[in-house]
Amino acid sequence: MTITKAHLASIIGNRLAFSADRASCFVNALLEIMKKTLESGEEVMISGFGKFQVKDKNTRRGRNPQTGNHLTLDARRVVTFRCSEVLKRKMNGGG
Amino acid sequence: MNKSQLIQALAKEEDLPLKKAEEVVNTVFSEMESALIRGERVEIRGLGSFKVKQYEGYKGRNPKSGEVIEVARKKLPFFKVGKELKERVDVY
Repeated sequence: MTITKAHLASIIGNRLAFSADRASCFVNALLEIMKKTLESGEEVMISGFGKFQVKDKNTRRGRNPQTGNHLTLDARRVVTFRCSEVLKRKMNGGG
Repeated sequence: MNKSQLIQALAKEEDLPLKKAEEVVNTVFSEMESALIRGERVEIRGLGSFKVKQYEGYKGRNPKSGEVIEVARKKLPFFKVGKELKERVDVY
């Protein structure tokens, strides 16, 4: 089973006694805050879960693996996720 | 931004008592965490998706001492950024 935004909203609605609409608003608001923060270049760190960071990648020369042509890949900014040690331990059967 | 700042921001944005905002944030991340522990996928449109990747064990080396060490096989969550977030973050 895949966990989605709809699952999260329904769990929040049931467990914390909010209407489905409100619960779904909360989930969207939470995600939007995270996205805005990352957009501004700031990291989002959730203790026990992991850390979302933004990293700047420099321009680099690459090649098209199919044609072998050289090309320049532009500089870009990307999001990376680093899993917390606590979660890593839990995923690997540790306490 | 850390978790308590995220809780504060959510409380303000949604006009929620801090305690409730904390419960919302904790529920979101603990549900995602449980799914990953069960080996399930998490897919949050706009943010990204997580799936569990199994890495095989290998012989590594301590780069300082040169000592050979056995790295055990392990599972790690792999995050793939969603389209919306990817585009919003890429300022270039």
